[in-house]
Amino acid sequence: MRRGDMAARLRRDGGWWALLLPAFLLLSVFYITPILQVLAISFTEPEPGLGNYQRIATNLSVQRVIWTTLRICTITTALALMLGYGLAYAITLASEQARRWWLLCVLVPLWISVLVRAFAWVTLLRRQGLINQTLQGAGIIAEPLQLVWNEFGIIVGMVHYMVPYAVLPMLAAMREIEPRLLAAARGLGASRGQVFRQVFFPLSAPGLVAAGVLVFIFSLGFYITPAILGGGRTLMVAEWISLQILDLIRWGLGTMMATLLVVTILVTLAVFSRVVNMRRLFGGA
Amino acid sequence: MDGIYRPGWVGRALGWGTALYLVLPLFIILPVSVTDQRFLSLPHEGISLRHYAALFAAPDWFASIAQSFWIACASTVLAVGTGTLFAIACWRLNRRSTELLRALMLLPLIVPSIVYAIGLYRYFGWWDLLDRFAGVVIAHGVTGIPYVVITVSTALASFDPRLEQAARGMGASLRQVLAWVILPRIMPGIVSGAIFAFIHSWDELVIVLFIASRDVFTLPRRIWDGINENQDPIMAAVAVLLIGFTTLLLVVDMALRRKRDT
Repeated sequence: MRRGDMAARLRRDGGWWALLLPAFLLLSVFYITPILQVLAISFTEPEPGLGNYQRIATNLSVQRVIWTTLRICTITTALALMLGYGLAYAITLASEQARRWWLLCVLVPLWISVLVRAFAWVTLLRRQGLINQTLQGAGIIAEPLQLVWNEFGIIVGMVHYMVPYAVLPMLAAMREIEPRLLAAARGLGASRGQVFRQVFFPLSAPGLVAAGVLVFIFSLGFYITPAILGGGRTLMVAEWISLQILDLIRWGLGTMMATLLVVTILVTLAVFSRVVNMRRLFGGA
Repeated sequence: MDGIYRPGWVGRALGWGTALYLVLPLFIILPVSVTDQRFLSLPHEGISLRHYAALFAAPDWFASIAQSFWIACASTVLAVGTGTLFAIACWRLNRRSTELLRALMLLPLIVPSIVYAIGLYRYFGWWDLLDRFAGVVIAHGVTGIPYVVITVSTALASFDPRLEQAARGMGASLRQVLAWVILPRIMPGIVSGAIFAFIHSWDELVIVLFIASRDVFTLPRRIWDGINENQDPIMAAVAVLLIGFTTLLLVVDMALRRKRDT
């Protein structure tokens, strides 16, 4: 009886399982395998063992790049959250008509090539760039300001990239806040500040945390913007890995850092998966 | 929330400021692209379209645009074909195991592309796929699947599973159910996924930097070299065209969504 059940179920569902296969095979062969290989190389080259990982404790260059990355990512996350929160707040409270335009301001930069955006910032910020020329032309500064090819430039470009990613999860959380609650609090005599601090902010906090996690993990492995706006002087993890593999041919060290990066990201996600509904973060946009 | 509660001046200022910070730097490229000068700057004496003319006359830029376009098309087909079937099967089977599989499928969004790129760099060496059209298509196709899975799953969430059961009950085969019942209803989700998979491949640089060198030289790769090496205003013309193209695709996507929602 039971065996007959299973056979019937398999006959009914077998076709559906077959539909899973192409994507699953593609992912296993051409995504998971190369990544597992990266993890493996970090333990086997140049010689088997934990040698590459000992460098975290001993190698100054390794420590410096980790520290730089964490510092830049923390600053980027904080700024992107602050700006994104303001934008999400304005979008949430806007009228239906205005909201469409506000959303376009978020979605267009989100989808425009990261290269184009970095290029725009270089055009604006470099020594003979538009900002320096304007300021010099107006007689405000005598010498051009050093706005790019340093940490300042990296952060300006990265925050610009990350704000849309901060806005979307916060917007999802804020849209569930009942607007009549705010009007009611105001009607009962709360000031604007009190309504925000005691009603709106606590209700929007889950979205804030989700956005923070998302922006932080995206920032950690960011390559193009820091490489262009840092001009090779301030190295973040991704550019450092590329340098190890392409220029110095030190696979062991490069893959060790890549492994560290993936583990940090997965652990961060796991820690916050209790607070943040990951499925909604990635699945409901 | 139509106007029941309006933001105060702090909220409004922060909102406007952020929106301008997001959008203004992109607009600044437009006047730079029509400069009459030979270097990146605002127009001095008048506007000129010479850099656009130079772009269309340059065979290497044109070849890169064509190559990027065909790679994006092929990898979109790969991602949409496999990703759509995958999302439908997960939705229909709806088990704990398929939930896990779906989460696994989102990995390319979470794992930084630099990690994948160095992995492929060595892995494709064995498969003899380095610097090959097929290699880039596979890499972009696999990393494009999550976008399709997300948009198709979202479309399926509002699809009544009983329709599928009714069709099966009346004797439709799996293929007929897919072609006549499910696919037509979720078409807007599939098109959205295709648009995002296309943009993903069209803009992708990090993987290409590692697995392609001479024969495959995509548009992002050429822009990357351009940014690092010269200050040719052709770059601004390319940037303007790219912004226009992406905006166009997004507007199409928004129109489709509005159609689906009504």
